[in-house]
Amino acid sequence: MDILVPIKLVPDLVEELEIAANGVALDRRFMRLIPSEQDDHALEEALLLKERHGGSVTVITLDTGDTDDTLYTAIAKGADRAIKVTGESFDEGVTNHAASSVLQAAAKDLTFDLVLTGAQATDDLDGSTGPLLAARLGLPFVGYVLAVSQEDGGIVVRKEYPGGLVAEMAVDLPAVLGISAAEKPPRYVVTSKVMEAMKTATIEEVAASDADAQGAAELARMYLPESGERAEMIEGGVDQVADAMVALFGKRGLLG
Amino acid sequence: MSKDVWVVVESLRGEVLENTYTMLAAGRTLADGLGGKLTALLLGSKAEGLAGTLGVADGVTYVDHPALADFTPDAYRRTISALVKEAAPRAVLMGHSSMGMDVASGISIDLGLPLVSACQTLSATAGFVSVTCGGKVLAEGKLPDPACLITLVPGGHKPQDGRKDTAPAVARVQPPVPLDDLKTKLKGYIEPEAGGIDITKESILVSVGRGIGQQDNLKLAEELAAALGGAVSASRPIVDQGWLPTSRLVGKSGKSVKPRLYLALGISGAPEHHEGMSDAECIVAVNTDEKAPILDYAQYGATVDALKLMPALIARVKQAKGG
Amino acid sequence: MPIEPLLVLAVFLAALGLFGFRVYRRLEHMRLGQPAESIGQWRQRIWLWLVYVFGQRRLFRFARPGVAHFFVFWGFLLLLPTIAQAILEGVWPGFVLPFLGTFGPLALVQDLVAVAVAVAVVYDLYMRLIVKPERYKGSHKTEGVVVLFFILTIMVSLLVMNGIKREQGDSPIEPAYWQPVSAFVGSLLAGLSANAQDVLAKVAYWVHLSVVLLFLTMLPGGKHFHVVTSMFNVFLRDLEPPGKLPPAPQFGDQAGVKNVEQFSWRAMLNWYSCTECGRCQDVCPAYASGLELSPKLLIMGLRAHLYERGTALKAGPAKASADAPASAATAVLEKELTGDVISDAALWACTTCYACDQECPLFIEHVDPIVDMRRYLLTQQRADATLVDALMNLRRYGNSFGQSERRRAMWTAEMTPPIKDIRRESAHTLWFVGDYASYSPTLTAVTQATARVFQKAGVDFGLLYEAERNAGNDVRRTGEEGLFELLATKNKMALAGCEFQEIVTTDPHTYNALKNEYRSNGDADGMAAVPILHYTELLDRAITSGQLPIGRQLGYTVTYHDPCYLGRYNGVYDAPRRVLEAIGCRVVEMPRNRDRSLCCGAGGGRIWMDESAVRERPSENRIREAAALSEVGYFVVACPKDLTMYRDAVKTAGQEDRLAVKDLIELVEEALEQK
Repeated sequence: MDILVPIKLVPDLVEELEIAANGVALDRRFMRLIPSEQDDHALEEALLLKERHGGSVTVITLDTGDTDDTLYTAIAKGADRAIKVTGESFDEGVTNHAASSVLQAAAKDLTFDLVLTGAQATDDLDGSTGPLLAARLGLPFVGYVLAVSQEDGGIVVRKEYPGGLVAEMAVDLPAVLGISAAEKPPRYVVTSKVMEAMKTATIEEVAASDADAQGAAELARMYLPESGERAEMIEGGVDQVADAMVALFGKRGLLG
Repeated sequence: MSKDVWVVVESLRGEVLENTYTMLAAGRTLADGLGGKLTALLLGSKAEGLAGTLGVADGVTYVDHPALADFTPDAYRRTISALVKEAAPRAVLMGHSSMGMDVASGISIDLGLPLVSACQTLSATAGFVSVTCGGKVLAEGKLPDPACLITLVPGGHKPQDGRKDTAPAVARVQPPVPLDDLKTKLKGYIEPEAGGIDITKESILVSVGRGIGQQDNLKLAEELAAALGGAVSASRPIVDQGWLPTSRLVGKSGKSVKPRLYLALGISGAPEHHEGMSDAECIVAVNTDEKAPILDYAQYGATVDALKLMPALIARVKQAKGG
Repeated sequence: MPIEPLLVLAVFLAALGLFGFRVYRRLEHMRLGQPAESIGQWRQRIWLWLVYVFGQRRLFRFARPGVAHFFVFWGFLLLLPTIAQAILEGVWPGFVLPFLGTFGPLALVQDLVAVAVAVAVVYDLYMRLIVKPERYKGSHKTEGVVVLFFILTIMVSLLVMNGIKREQGDSPIEPAYWQPVSAFVGSLLAGLSANAQDVLAKVAYWVHLSVVLLFLTMLPGGKHFHVVTSMFNVFLRDLEPPGKLPPAPQFGDQAGVKNVEQFSWRAMLNWYSCTECGRCQDVCPAYASGLELSPKLLIMGLRAHLYERGTALKAGPAKASADAPASAATAVLEKELTGDVISDAALWACTTCYACDQECPLFIEHVDPIVDMRRYLLTQQRADATLVDALMNLRRYGNSFGQSERRRAMWTAEMTPPIKDIRRESAHTLWFVGDYASYSPTLTAVTQATARVFQKAGVDFGLLYEAERNAGNDVRRTGEEGLFELLATKNKMALAGCEFQEIVTTDPHTYNALKNEYRSNGDADGMAAVPILHYTELLDRAITSGQLPIGRQLGYTVTYHDPCYLGRYNGVYDAPRRVLEAIGCRVVEMPRNRDRSLCCGAGGGRIWMDESAVRERPSENRIREAAALSEVGYFVVACPKDLTMYRDAVKTAGQEDRLAVKDLIELVEEALEQK
């Protein structure tokens, strides 16, 4: 199977996030970008499938900044091709609708049986890239996938539902899947291998065609919620504290 | 421009899922604010009975077809797209969930409608507030007009407000598009493993540390956890002493958990422990030591004796849940 | 032709031949090994050889067995001429070894040493058969006991032979007072008839010869090969500082060691020298905590596997077919070094504390092969998830805590006066703080105390602030060589841009990396001349020179825990003790002190690994050791990881009311307070 793995770079939440001057976006100047965790899982699942059934894995990402490390790491892990799509305004952040449009155009020159990408990314505000791309490409989509297996000329996926229930679905190829977790944790590739990839591998660069940026809502404001430095202390004796806690649980919808 | 609000009902094996009620609560608020009707869109096969708890809605549109018996992305997306295209409501609410997210984006592309996801709060006047970046950032804006799609997360609207155990008027309709040649088919379900608790999957954890004193006191923690519908987890000293298996350990050398509620009883909250639960949505810490590190990062804290608190909590939780 | 001399010759040649063949086999296997660094430093080598081989220095770390072995060793050397004599006189009856066979004083020494050896052997048999120390668990005990009986037999038979010669006036040694013991033994047999004596002498001779030659042929096959190899092993050993790991093996695409022949011949010589004494096992914290690692079993396993694999490689794998099962050679060749021979768990259990290497009388290196095999394991994704997380964090953020680089110097926020940024202004001393001291919230107070003490001592110091990265010492020891190099490069670049005369660090692991790992050959980084100090050395210097006036004498009775990377690896034992004395603390040593200090269990990346298999944490064991010293109220450490581990251990061991765990700097700060 030839598998395409779009990877999205998202803000690293380890850093303090700041709002840009325009008040409706994150300040990306000092932001560290890391590959979306579920995209890492998607890559892992793709590599596992390649190990089992042969084929190839192509990683593709929009050049939103800090992409090279991610791409070389993917190659060091075993991906066959790495494609970087460059575009003028990408470093200011791209909505999923726009990104999926860019990917759709780039995908025209690629052949693949399966597209694996993360089910969600931490900075999603307008759906997720996977199902948007699927719709644009006219391909079926299943998300929240935990495992993929090849069966009778097609694939069967395991999809997670609340409470630990899992559904098995057969999907016609070609298809797009949104991976929430790979069958194994994303592999660790030693630094020396990544360094080697940096020396020997090439990242293909493709210019983005005009994106259809419609589909995301316009924001009036983006802001950081207030957070106290310390715990809000609940005063009083055991009874008062118990009362306050139960009220708190109720307010948070935890008493179902 | 329509003023009507639609909610796509999510059900699994004959039961309406909780987030549907959250959506109905939000939808009700929105519809009332807009002055329009709230319709629940129910897809299924011989599932009309599910309308029995959807009383908050003004009406139910029910599409019956064998191919809709269980959720599959292809069948559901086709059906919902076609119906939305025809009726063109102001807003369509779907769950920010395994089902909702499978179809929402596709419908957005099908119909060229803007999609706002991870919404927590909706209001006709204020628009939407969405949560992003692990809860660290909020985004708000007006609801795109003339129509938009929304995926909803819990936390802003209460599911109790969205549930009423009466059935509104049910309009039965034929599937608007053929449901043959589906590209996604359900093969079956796999039950979750019985026995052996996976604390990473629990949404409520009652976590115990050294402050719990004797091993016997674990019973209280178990009872509290059961009352809350969660499980017991622990910090290092408890597991070291063998009172609980390592599968219950939260922390650097144990598991990382992201429950909605992490109730820490008698845990000092050293960094190695914090590492395992820092992503918990709500941390409530009980520790007689007011200098315990956990009180620096918990949302709520109390310095009462956890051993005395547990029975008091158990009684009140049971009462609140109507038991 | 007389039969007997021919028989002696034949038996001798056969034994020699067999011995030679077995040694040759093993040399052949060693030739499969990789080249080692070139040997040099001849004067130092000869001196160390004299001290450690002829002086048997390390043996005495276990006093009584050490004394026993000292005599067995010297006995063997001194009695070699008697063995030569026996063989030669067997082939040429009446032959007497010139000089060595007639020199009276030598004969006296030989007589006495034969007794000493016999006594030593009896003691050793007592140890092995009655006392049965734990450290022999897993060793080839039968071989040990059998050889001891051999040696005893050789001694007794020699004395009987000599004794009878004396009685019959046949001894080449005159006068008789040169052979008092032989004469005594002879006198016990005086009552026998001359014929009986002849028969007994002959029996003793053949017993003597047979046992010697049997022992000779046995040597290469087991732990007694050390008799031959130890001389070479100690002489040719690696003289680089212990804290400097040898260059990482790389075989094309493959990093680390996957197959046993990818080790160097020097490592293989190490394994052949293993006596299975178990001293390493006895001091290993991983073994004591119930984990799968035993340094002794590791070496024995490598040795056995080298032999079987070497043999199989020579034999060539037979082609397995559907009808014929795979030959034994194929089965051996399919065995995986890591996984089948040495388990993953054993390899990851090591804290790299160096106690094993330190203890081994033959200077066998245990840590180096473990690190080499870990390098391979990492490339195969065979590591704890928690370790992998830590490595990912180190790669992304330069620290194992997964926190932003920007937060590294947050602990300095409230310092007044503010600490110099050495990237912008020069300072005499660059303080390389280290990850734990910078990021761990429980350690912030101690780091701040250190800064205050430095200020009070008038030290002109500065920090790298956010430019500092984990020094990489333990990263290298988990086998992530590339990551170590990445971190080292970043650190060296940051250092290169600053002006300073010396570096001080509070973390012994950082100390070791800067001192031993960062100074690569050729000194391209200019680090060679820079003095690296641990803060205890800096304080020692400041106190001795009067720069740091001590306000009060604390009067505490304390015990000091030597950190592995400060003590064993780098020999810094006295500076911290002098500091403690200077501030008025009485130091009471734990039984395992200085180079016998018990590792806290955090090193070698263990602090980033899953602890669930640990039955008794070494840190708790250590706390109990300290608590047994009834007058001691303080457990003093000088390493941030030690502080973390022991603060935890003192609670879980239930000794919080008994012992206060303090970093040395906390006591120093206390002593600086004016009354």
